[in-house]
Amino acid sequence: MKLFRWVLGAILLTWVGIIILRKPLPILFCPDLPYVGFLSRGLYVIILACLLSLYRIGRGPTGADRVVAVDILGIMIVGLCALLTISTGRSWYIDIGIAWALQSFISTLALSKYLEGRGFDE
Amino acid sequence: MKSRIVLFLIAFLAWALLTWVPDKQHLLVGLFVAGFVSFLTGDLFIKRPRLLKHPLRYWYFFFHYLPLFLWECFKANIDVAYRVLHPKLPISPGIVKVKTRLKSDTALTFLANSITLTPGTMTVDIDADNGILYIHWINVKTKDVDKATKIIVERFEKVLEKIFD
Amino acid sequence: MSNTIGLIFIGVGLAFDFFGCLGLVRLPDVYNRLQAATKCVTLGTCSILFGTFLIVGPTAAGMKALLCIIFLILTAPVAAHAVSRGAHRAGVKLSEGSVVDMYKKDKEGEV
Repeated sequence: MKLFRWVLGAILLTWVGIIILRKPLPILFCPDLPYVGFLSRGLYVIILACLLSLYRIGRGPTGADRVVAVDILGIMIVGLCALLTISTGRSWYIDIGIAWALQSFISTLALSKYLEGRGFDE
Repeated sequence: MKSRIVLFLIAFLAWALLTWVPDKQHLLVGLFVAGFVSFLTGDLFIKRPRLLKHPLRYWYFFFHYLPLFLWECFKANIDVAYRVLHPKLPISPGIVKVKTRLKSDTALTFLANSITLTPGTMTVDIDADNGILYIHWINVKTKDVDKATKIIVERFEKVLEKIFD
Repeated sequence: MSNTIGLIFIGVGLAFDFFGCLGLVRLPDVYNRLQAATKCVTLGTCSILFGTFLIVGPTAAGMKALLCIIFLILTAPVAAHAVSRGAHRAGVKLSEGSVVDMYKKDKEGEV
C-alpha cells in the first residue's frame, strides 16, 4: 500500500515536472535577460514547494505541525523574493525578503511560546 | 564600555551593508543610529570582551569551524534528501542525552546551532547547569550517553572549546 | 562566468527547498518534519541567496542578500529549537516507530 502511494506520488510529480519544464507559463519579466526561462521555471518549483507546505498547514494533526509549516513557508518566501530580485531587476524585492525573515522569526518564537502554554512575559 | 564599542562597530557595519554604495549622508545617519542603539542596549551584548582580542580565535573560527560546519551542512542535506526520497522511509527516531564540557552561553548556542544543522540530529533542550543536551536523532545508533557524545558532539566541541573558552 | 556559477547555486537551492517540503509532507511526526524541513530549506534558501549575490554582483541588492544569509543561518536553528521544545512540553508524542525518549524520562523524574 505504501509502495503504491510512493509510485503514485512519483508519477504525479514527474508529470507536473514535465509540464513545468516544457511550458513555463508567460510572466511579465524584463525580457532582455538571457536566463529568464530558467528563472521562471524556478519560480514554479518554489510555488509547488509552498503548496506542499500549505497542505501541511491545512492537514496537520497537531498545532505544532502547523507552526513548523508556517515557519518553513516564511523561510521559502525569502528565497522567492531573491528570485524575483534577479528576474525583474528591481532591488527592493530583497528588502521585502529581509523584513519577512525578521518577521517570521519573531512570529515563530511567539507561536512556540504559545504552544508551551506559558505567558509571553517570561 | 568595550561591549558598547563592539556593538557600535557591528551595528555600523550592518547599516553600511544595508545602504550599500556608501555615501556621506547615509554614513552620517548610520553613525547616529548605531551610537543610539549601542548607548541603549550595549551592556547586554558581550559579557567577556577580553576574548575578542586574541587573533588565534578568529583563525580557528574562520578556517577550522566554518569549513567543518559548511561541509557537515552539505552532508546533512544529502542525507535528508536520501531519507525523504526512499520509498520505505529508513528512519528510527528517538531523543537521546549527551554531555558537553562547554560552559559559556555563546559556546552552547553555537554548539546547539551546529548540531541542529548537521546530519540527522536536532537539539530539543539544553540543561546548562549540568552540561546536558537533549538531542532528537533521526536514526538512533546507540542509546548509551558516552557513545552518543562521541558520535555527535566531539568534533564540534574540540573546535569550539578553542574559540570560546 | 559568475552568472553560470550563480545559476548552478540557484538550481541546487531550489532542489533542496523542494526536498525539504516533500519531507514536511512525508515524514511521520513533528520532530522528524522539523529536522528535514529546517535543514533542507535553510541551506536551500541560503544557496539561492548566494546565487543572487553572484549574479547581481556587489550592488545594494547583493549586499542585502549576504546579510540575509547570515541572519537566516543564525535564526533558523533557534526557531526550530524553540518549536521542538514547545511541542514536547505541550505533550506531542513521538511517532510509533521511535526507539527511545530520554527527555520525557528525565522530566518525569524531576516531577
